[in-house]
Amino acid sequence: MSALILQDCHKKTIEEICIYYKNDPGDLIKILHKAQTAFGYLPESVQREIAFHLKISVAKVYGVVTFYSFFTMTPKGKHPISVCMGTACYVRGAEKVLDELKDQLRIKVGGVTENGKFSLDCLRCVGACGLAPVLLIGEKVYGRVEASQIKGILDSYQD
Amino acid sequence: MAQFKMHLLVCGGTGCRASQSEIIVENLKSEIKNLGLENDAQVVITGCFGFCEKGPIVKIVPDNTFYTQVKPEDCAEIVREHILKGRKVKRLLYEDPETQKHIEDSKHMNFYQKQIRIALRNCGFIDPENIDEYIARDGYAALGNIITGMSPQEAIDIMKKSGLRGRGGGGFPTGIKWEIASKNKADQKYVVCNADEGDPGAFMDRSILEGDPHSVIEAMAICGYCIGATKGIVYIRAEYPLAIKRLKIAARQSRAYGLLGQDILGSGFSFDIELRYGAGAFVCGEETALIKSMEGLRGEPTVKPPFPAEKGYLGKPTNVNNVETFANVPAIFLKGAEWFSSIGTAKSKGTKVFALAGKINNVGLIEVPMGITLREVIFEIGGGIKDGKKFKAVQTGGPSGGCLTEKHLDTPIDFDNLIAAGSMMGSGGMIVMDEDDCMVSVAKFYLEFTVEESCGKCAPCRIGNKRLHEILEKICSGKGVEADIDYLKNLSRVIKDTALCGLGQTSPNPVLSTIECGACYEKCKFTAIHVQ
Repeated sequence: MSALILQDCHKKTIEEICIYYKNDPGDLIKILHKAQTAFGYLPESVQREIAFHLKISVAKVYGVVTFYSFFTMTPKGKHPISVCMGTACYVRGAEKVLDELKDQLRIKVGGVTENGKFSLDCLRCVGACGLAPVLLIGEKVYGRVEASQIKGILDSYQD
Repeated sequence: MAQFKMHLLVCGGTGCRASQSEIIVENLKSEIKNLGLENDAQVVITGCFGFCEKGPIVKIVPDNTFYTQVKPEDCAEIVREHILKGRKVKRLLYEDPETQKHIEDSKHMNFYQKQIRIALRNCGFIDPENIDEYIARDGYAALGNIITGMSPQEAIDIMKKSGLRGRGGGGFPTGIKWEIASKNKADQKYVVCNADEGDPGAFMDRSILEGDPHSVIEAMAICGYCIGATKGIVYIRAEYPLAIKRLKIAARQSRAYGLLGQDILGSGFSFDIELRYGAGAFVCGEETALIKSMEGLRGEPTVKPPFPAEKGYLGKPTNVNNVETFANVPAIFLKGAEWFSSIGTAKSKGTKVFALAGKINNVGLIEVPMGITLREVIFEIGGGIKDGKKFKAVQTGGPSGGCLTEKHLDTPIDFDNLIAAGSMMGSGGMIVMDEDDCMVSVAKFYLEFTVEESCGKCAPCRIGNKRLHEILEKICSGKGVEADIDYLKNLSRVIKDTALCGLGQTSPNPVLSTIECGACYEKCKFTAIHVQ
C-alpha cells in the first residue's frame, strides 16, 4: 500500500463525503466511489479515515476495497491504459495487444511506469465489441488495435 | 415528431460514440442549419441500432435509409444530397455481402429480417433522453392502465400467463417470482433491477438502458404495484457512465411528469427509484450477493432459502429482475399475454436479446424469437464467419455456459435445449469462433475469469476452479495426458454439486462442454484439439 499522509484538506474532503451519506455504513460503497474519484485511489490512510467516520473497523473497509476490482490502492499513471479483456476482444487478439504493451512499457498489469506516465490495467468488456480488440487510454477508445500499432499509439502521448 | 419531414437518427450507443458519432451529430446539425432546413429535418440521437459492426450508423426515416460507417466528413453530402435533393448517397448504403448490391431500405437487410424486437422495441428509434418520445410510443400507458384499473393479483396473473422467464440467466418464471414476493407481508418491500452486467462480451442490458431507460423504469413501477413495494433500486455497473446518465435523466423526467413519486396518476400508488453502483464483481450478478453489495458489504452470496422474496435487502422481501426481463414487461401488458406467449417455444416464450461477437461478419445486438436455430442466427443474421473461414463453435452463456459446435447448429434456441446441449442461455453473450480458435484456450480464459471473480466464500469454487485452471494450463502448454481429462471431469462434477451459488455451480461448464465437443467432434484426445 503506498503511503499518503493526509493533510487537513484531505481529511475535510473525506469528512464531507461521509457526512453527505450521513455516515451510514450501508453507503460504504458509494462513499468509496466518491473518495476514489477525489483522490484517484484509495490508500490506507483514506480507508482509515473513512472507517473512523463510519464507526466501523478498518478491516471492514479494507475487505470491501479489496473485494471489488473497481477500487484500487495504487495510484494510476497520467495516462491510464486499459485493455479490454472481454471474450470478444480476447478471440480477436487482445492478448497479443496486452503482451506488446507490457513489453513496450516494461510493466506488468496493474503497474505504473517509473516516470508515472502510463499505467496498465485490464478491464471486462467496454461493450464496443464491434471494434474488438479495444484499448482505452484515459477516455479515448482505440478500436481494431493491432500489436504493430502500439508503439505509434504510445508515441503520440508526448507529455 | 410530426412537423418534420425527415428524421436523421444517429446511434448514440457506446460503440458508435467510440467512433465519433457525437461529431457526426454536430456536423449534420450544422449542415442542416447552413442549408436552412431546420424546419424540415431533425437530428435525433438514439440508442443502439444493434448493427455495431458497421458503425457509426445514421438512419433516415421515413424511408428507412441505412447509412453505415459514416464519417464526420460525409455529413455534408448526406444532408445536401438526401435531405435537400432527395437522392440517396449510394456509397454509404449497406452493401449485401453476397449480392454486392446496395440495400436502400433497412427492412430488407438480412440482419433485421429475422429479428423480432420487443425488449429493444425503442432502441434506435427514439431519443432516450426525451420522455415525450417514449410516451408517443405508448410509454407509461401500461403502468397507467394497471394502477388505475387492475388489482395487483390481476396484473400478476397476466405476467404468469405470458410465460416470461427471467432473462438474466436463471430463466425463473417472472410472474411466479412476483407472486411469491407479493404474498410475503412486510411494512417495506423492494424492487431491484439487476444491471450489473458482468458477463464479458455481453452488452444487452447496457444497450437497453442507453437506448430505452423509461421502459425499465415503467416496468419497475408495475412490479412495485404488483408486489406492494414503494421503493425501487437499480444496481448498475459503475463502468457504464452513459447508461447511468440516461437513467438519471429518465428518472428525473418521470418524476416531473408525476409518473414516479407520490400518488402516481392519482391512483394512490407511490413508487420511486434510486441508483446503486456496482464496483466490478461478477458474483454480484447473483441476487443474494447483489443484495449484500447494496448493503455496503462484500458481495458474497448467502445460502438460499431464505430467498430474497422472503428476506432480501435490509431483511425485507425483495424482488430482483434483470434489465431485459423488465424491458419486456410494458410490452406484455400493452399487447397482451396471449400475444407474447404466441412467440417462442413451448416452455420459453417471447424473444431473447443476444450480443453477437467474435469471428462473425455482423457483430452486434440482436433480438430473436425463442426457438430460432443457431444456424439462422450465425449464418443469416450474423452474415457468416469472418474472412470466409470455417465455423468451429459458438460460446453461449459466458463463464457459466459452454461451447456449441456444428452438430448443435439446427437446435432451436431456448432455455431447456441449451442446457441439454451442455451450455446455457446465460445473459445472452454469443461468441463465435472460427477454425483458428482454440476452444481449450477459450475454456482457460473463462476459468481465469472465474478464479479471479470467485468471492472465496466456499471452498469448491475458491480452490476447485484454481485446480481446474492449472490443469488447463498444463494441457494448453502441450503437457496434458489423457488421465487429466478424467480428473477434470471428476473435479468439475464435485464443484457443480457442492458450490454455494450459481457462479460456482456453473463455472465448470466451459470445461465440460469443451471435453464433450472434443470427444464427439474430433474423436481425439483433449490435447489434440489444441493444434493451433
